[in-house]
Amino acid sequence: MGFNIVAGIFGRLGPDAIQHGAIVMGGQLSVIGAGIFIIGLLTYLKRWKWLYKEWLTTLDPKRIGVMYIIISLLMLVRGFGDVMLLRIQQALSVGSSHGIIDSNHFQQIFSAHGTIMIFFVGMGLMFGLINLILPLQIGARDVAFPFLNSVSFWLFAAGFGLVNLSLLIGEFSAAGWLAYPPLSELAYSPKTGIDYWIWTLQIAGVGSLLSGVNFIVTILKMRAPGMNLMKMPIFVWSVLSSMVLIIFAFPIQTATLAMLSLDRTLGMHFFTASGGGNPMMYVNLIWAWGHPEVYILILPAFGVFSEVVATFSRKRLFGYTSMVFALAAIALLSFLVWLHHFFTMGGGANVNAFFGVMTMIIAVPTGVKVFNWLFTMYRGRIHLTSPMMWFLGFVITFTIGGMAGVLMAVPPADFQLHNSLFLVAHFHTMIVGGVVYGYFAGLTYWFPKMFGFKLNERLGKLAFQCWIVGFVLAFVPLYILGLMGATRRLDHYDASLGWQGLFVVAGIGALFIGAGIFVQVLQLAFSIWKRHENLDTTGDPWDGRTLEWSTPSPTPVYNFAVQPIVSDRDAWWAVKQAGDQHRKPIYEDIQLPKNSIMGPAIAGFAFVFGFAVIWHIYWLAAAAMIGVILSIIIRSTNEDTEYTISAAEVERIEISAGRRYS
Amino acid sequence: MNHQLTISHQEHKDTEKTLFGFWVYIMTDCVLFASLFATYAVLHTSTFGGPSGKELFNLPSVLIETLLLLTSSYSVGLALLAARRHDRDVTIIWLMVTALLGAAFLFIEVSEFQHLAAAGNSWRRSGFLSAFFTLVATHGLHITSGLLWLAVITPKVYKQGLTALSLKRLELFSIFWHFLDIIWIFIFTLVYLMGGLA
Repeated sequence: MGFNIVAGIFGRLGPDAIQHGAIVMGGQLSVIGAGIFIIGLLTYLKRWKWLYKEWLTTLDPKRIGVMYIIISLLMLVRGFGDVMLLRIQQALSVGSSHGIIDSNHFQQIFSAHGTIMIFFVGMGLMFGLINLILPLQIGARDVAFPFLNSVSFWLFAAGFGLVNLSLLIGEFSAAGWLAYPPLSELAYSPKTGIDYWIWTLQIAGVGSLLSGVNFIVTILKMRAPGMNLMKMPIFVWSVLSSMVLIIFAFPIQTATLAMLSLDRTLGMHFFTASGGGNPMMYVNLIWAWGHPEVYILILPAFGVFSEVVATFSRKRLFGYTSMVFALAAIALLSFLVWLHHFFTMGGGANVNAFFGVMTMIIAVPTGVKVFNWLFTMYRGRIHLTSPMMWFLGFVITFTIGGMAGVLMAVPPADFQLHNSLFLVAHFHTMIVGGVVYGYFAGLTYWFPKMFGFKLNERLGKLAFQCWIVGFVLAFVPLYILGLMGATRRLDHYDASLGWQGLFVVAGIGALFIGAGIFVQVLQLAFSIWKRHENLDTTGDPWDGRTLEWSTPSPTPVYNFAVQPIVSDRDAWWAVKQAGDQHRKPIYEDIQLPKNSIMGPAIAGFAFVFGFAVIWHIYWLAAAAMIGVILSIIIRSTNEDTEYTISAAEVERIEISAGRRYS
Repeated sequence: MNHQLTISHQEHKDTEKTLFGFWVYIMTDCVLFASLFATYAVLHTSTFGGPSGKELFNLPSVLIETLLLLTSSYSVGLALLAARRHDRDVTIIWLMVTALLGAAFLFIEVSEFQHLAAAGNSWRRSGFLSAFFTLVATHGLHITSGLLWLAVITPKVYKQGLTALSLKRLELFSIFWHFLDIIWIFIFTLVYLMGGLA
């Protein structure tokens, strides 16, 4: 025996950690290539200092929001690349042909696709938009804890780093996006894939949890004077509901992932098949977090749609109070339905009946919301802009997906549909048609607020058309295939089943969605190029209703030159109706948080910690943990964290942003 | 004068925000412990042929641990009272008493763990022991971070005196410490008493 010094230093990291194979290599080259390109570009343009001062160390939630969105859009492209491989494989791998990837890689790819799309696209776009817009909508100059906000973002970025590192060193989980044991236990998945999955989610999850705390306090303690709870914009309500879900759901995720990790690293027996472990307990725990998680994603998207439909119908949102109650009801019910993900567990008729009924009840508050949106449009002056188009696409797809969901809430039906492509089609209808369309609508709607110019509308509408056509082509075949008995996660099937045609159609649908993404990239590039034609000089390009439109675009660092006072639910609309927007304000000194490098530092150490634990390099893990603790201590003892912008400076900035008062 | 007033008003708002945020954090920690308690409830009979709680738990030493921790909650309360009277030295004395009591608690817990592991009843033995060690050690880790926190703020109080900032820090710490006490009462009752006397 004796102490193996190489294993002591490098853990299980060795030369065999680098994966091989053409497709993997393509992924590796694109990660490395993108990295080199960005580094080269920054060096060429001499932008390192700018990057450090203006972005990496910033505590401005608007900047942090933009960084969230950049990461999410990058990950959207990667997640889409993954799905193209899956679609090609399923279209080709019939009978004697075995397609382009082996089953191990196929499994890694669908696991990565799910993980990336939920945690780094959905969550990232959500937190991005919240950071950008929420403080503005409640008339606040900042979030409650700006430094904590930076830590949250950088932990999210550390998770992003880990999930992409798994492409270069080692491998990713091959156990699906929720890594059910006993498959995810050491006995059946001995390599690093599951560990990458665990630490990616654990680190990003702590970030989400801290964000949840931050935004709850921001909403409840930092609203402008006069804005009582029932005067908050509906987007703020949707974020509040979502953040309440986060603080109740994410600790369960933290505990569950920790237990799975303890099983794998310390030989415990929480979920193992032997030793007294209970794998079904994992499934219960992970869905007690996982079901609320999908509502965490969708509720703010509901909020975005509510803002969009009211603005572009030039009407006050119909049924505001019932919208608020619907959000609260959905938030509460989302904790009472987790078992519908595994009716087939064998909980018994009564248990299944309870969870089936609770699931069906969720359709009621959701239906209330859909009707409220439609009634908001009724007799409104509808402007068919691209955010509105995303909204209309959403209403249709979401209703179809919702009906499929109620169908599956019936336990006997679910026994047939469990783990079939029908289910896959259902949740993609909800998440693509709900979450993704919602945040695309939000991005288009609030883009001028962030950058000072509008996105090109024609290309935006073209992108939407590609998406909606692709969406129908990609997912309707999956509903049919599911009813025909195709299970999810198939990398090969028999030719006699006659499924290939439908899989090919689904692949063509994915190509259309790819065209949509391409048009969106084009839209962004074209809009930047032609930005002078689409400048937003007023700060209120859509004739908006809520406070964010009262600031110049792009919004100055301090958000509001003077503290707004709210008297109406549509606060800015009321100001405009009264003609008060031209009144000359009296400026005052504004205190703002200074930049800090400690957020990136803490997350950097967390990243190293995750990497070290994944590879069993325990000395490095201990050192990184000490780094995290010391960084927190250093930051917490720093008392010089604010700076002041003088009233004269505020006036200068406002005038240069085009604000003139008579 | 007016300027002074607005600043103290601002500080008051900041303190209120931090306190509320800290309570929200405590709630999330509560859910974390709830998950571990639920896990323990599911697994407490999964001894896989190994010993059960009744055979393993050393109730007298757990009682001592409990008394130490309850007393430390009292002493942190006294520290906070002294701090509000702006009595720096008494504050520091009670903070140090708290730290000592916490360290003694931790020492007994760790030696109990060592004792169990040495007898072959480590967390690897069964689902029950995995759940037991994880639940109790998570509380122990919280106590450890509490001690670390004390080690950072006590010298600050000594050097800077009882400024508004150090009062805020003490207030947060005392919430944290009382919270850990409550969690321990649940561990004592649900794990040790119900397991050891069953």
